[in-house]
Amino acid sequence: MIERVVAAIDQGTTSTRCLLFNRAGRMLAVAQREHRQHYPQPGRVEHDAAEIWRNVMRVVPAALRRAGLEPRNIVGLGIANQRETSVIWNRHTGTPLARAITWQDTRTDGIVARLVDGGHSPMIKQICGLAPATYFAGPRLQWLLDHVPGARAGAEAGDVLFGTMETWLIWWLTGGPDGGRHVTDVTNASRTMLMDVSTLSWSPKLLELLGVPARMLPEIRSNSEVYGQCTTMLPGVPVAGALGDQQAALVGQACFSPGEVKCTYGTGAFLLMNTGSRLAESAHGLIPTVGYLFGERPVYALEGAIAMTGSLVQWFRDSLGMIRTAAQIETLATSVPDNGGCYIVPAFSGLYSPRWHPEARGVMVGLTSFINRGHLARAVLEATGWQTREVVDAMNADSGVTVSRLKVDGGMTANHVLMQFVADVLDVPVERPLGSEAVSLGAAYAAGLAVGYWSDVEVLRANWHRAAAWEPAMDPALRERERGNWGRAVNRSYGWVQSPSPD
Amino acid sequence: MPGSIQSIERAAAVLRLLGSTDRPLGLGEIADALDLPRPTAHGIVRTLREAGFVDQDVESTRYVLGRGLRELDRGGWDPHDLRAHAMNWADSLAGSTGQAVQLGVVADRAVRLVHHVFRPDGSPQRIRTGECQPLHATALGKCLLAFAPVASPPVRDLDLHAWTGRTCATVAALEAHLGVARRRGWASDVGEYRSGEGSAAAPLRAGGGVVVGALAVVGPVEDLFGIGGELRAGTAGQLLAAAREISQSLVVAR
Ligand SMILES: Nc1ncnc2c1ncn2[C@@H]1O[C@H](COP(=O)(O)OP(=O)(O)OP(=O)(O)O)[C@@H](O)[C@H]1O
Repeated sequence: MIERVVAAIDQGTTSTRCLLFNRAGRMLAVAQREHRQHYPQPGRVEHDAAEIWRNVMRVVPAALRRAGLEPRNIVGLGIANQRETSVIWNRHTGTPLARAITWQDTRTDGIVARLVDGGHSPMIKQICGLAPATYFAGPRLQWLLDHVPGARAGAEAGDVLFGTMETWLIWWLTGGPDGGRHVTDVTNASRTMLMDVSTLSWSPKLLELLGVPARMLPEIRSNSEVYGQCTTMLPGVPVAGALGDQQAALVGQACFSPGEVKCTYGTGAFLLMNTGSRLAESAHGLIPTVGYLFGERPVYALEGAIAMTGSLVQWFRDSLGMIRTAAQIETLATSVPDNGGCYIVPAFSGLYSPRWHPEARGVMVGLTSFINRGHLARAVLEATGWQTREVVDAMNADSGVTVSRLKVDGGMTANHVLMQFVADVLDVPVERPLGSEAVSLGAAYAAGLAVGYWSDVEVLRANWHRAAAWEPAMDPALRERERGNWGRAVNRSYGWVQSPSPD
Repeated sequence: MPGSIQSIERAAAVLRLLGSTDRPLGLGEIADALDLPRPTAHGIVRTLREAGFVDQDVESTRYVLGRGLRELDRGGWDPHDLRAHAMNWADSLAGSTGQAVQLGVVADRAVRLVHHVFRPDGSPQRIRTGECQPLHATALGKCLLAFAPVASPPVRDLDLHAWTGRTCATVAALEAHLGVARRRGWASDVGEYRSGEGSAAAPLRAGGGVVVGALAVVGPVEDLFGIGGELRAGTAGQLLAAAREISQSLVVAR
């Protein structure tokens, strides 16, 4: 009997990976390649979309080789991608007109400020559910159309296409200039600030507001259906699933019931709560978003996005040189019993959920001559804990459901001091599943469901196994005192940047 | 006393030369500076490169001091780096055996757990990272005693407390167990620390074959071991394969 597996591509911020999964959800092989980060100016972060496609063509065959499998063993391919990263390209040549603008890039602050000053926020929020922010793709597309020579004319003439990374990859996988499918999925589309979140289609009003020609946009599809067949690399294999990485993790963590919450701790951290068939409004700075669409009816989610978690650890390692590897922050943190009164607020590109203060910048407070590297290491980790707490508080308030446990995944779950601290400040158990590859697994699930490899989500739930749990153990009085200190530290980060950067 | 060994003196000279400049050096430069024939210089740098003490820039093919050299005075592997390298394989070992998995290192006169993966059956379990266990009564401990003689204290200095009726409570009994472990490549515990709980552990080897930790499968004695006290078929193979994969990633990282 020939072995059948599902392949997933995780197109992430720093690297692109291919993973193969069997029916039990166990990973059989992985291959990975990093791509270059381009920082042309402060606040700008770009990727070369062509490099990312080349990396896909390398990691997929490499993963197959490692597992000793061939393309005919693959029943379907799913994609999870860094969301909001935007690229435009020429449909006849497949050449990007500019580097892709990533989700961390804040160059659209001027565009966003003008939308807010022009009084458009209520209308935007009513249609797409999002308050204007530099985080979303739509303003990036407007920036590209306004600044890249030939972009607007090309788009109006139908020669230039827009996409987030899943769109770009599906287009190439299914033929590229030679008949490639130009599609996106609802979760990625819901992060553009261009989609009507109640009809799940592009909003003509928002397209007009941002000056985006409709014909350059991909068709919006569900997360689990056959978009087309691969023409190269895995000839004939259906491309059958696509989700933004955070929604993919929601699926990979089997958060299929309303009220279930997961947090993925990577470069940034993203909490998503399943809110069922109801699109929850947020009065507390969260993002109502599409969780996933399998079949007819969408499942919605509330999202809290924290910009800097793992990237703060990277900064601590690379820019300050305090540690040699990310994991060693735990060693340094355990060299002291507590933070010594020091707090770091990592508002390096402003604060995201739930505070949304784009003008805030990072601060380090409580410094005395007592503070050493160990205290700073603690403060770095604690910043992730407190930011998680603020998002969970907002979720409790917005959803009316109290978060009673948190499922976690991502690179930072390797840090047990951090996971214990998260449990301590949330006062709920934190649980890690076996195989912390929730993002890729979610993409595999979407593709596998579409091709009938798995019958329904209940089967997938049985694949979730607890690998670790951290129980809260902090004295409540201490928790409240520390929370107060964190809040006072955050207040000091506000109002630092005085005017948006020129476009 | 025998005289000094010329090739080691020359190797030391190559390292000092590379350390005397920030610039990568070509083979010719090294040979000239030390007044060595090129083939001799080449043999020395190649050997040093294999040991991780010299790195070669792929594009220019020039040489610099290796990353392995910088690790030498750091007093061994950071336990959290070990965990980071072991995590995926530990998860997959727990998945394939259906048992809990632990990673341990020597700390003072005990084993300290630096990682713990639950038995994936949904039963209530408590995370045991950071906990210390006796060296003589657990598979992790016996594995470290058997394979990491420099990091571990001598057996005769241990307090051989009898935790259960099965604990090795004499030096002779313990030495016999360690001998078995060395021969077959892994150590076992058949309810010697907590009665009913057993484990099997294999060494994790970093560059140069130095044992820096141990990886264990932990579960009910009757699940892990057959009637004759032998580890169930397949388990030893899975354990050794996971330990090998982790070891390989430790060697590559340096
Ligand atoms: N032991 C650790 N303690 C603290 N932070 C860690 C630890 N290990 C990794 N990290 C941080 O986690 C991040 C890597 O996590 P992960 O691999 O999940 O990244 P990611 O966001 O998924 O990246 P991508 O988007 O490229 O997939 C890095 O920012 C790193 O600094």
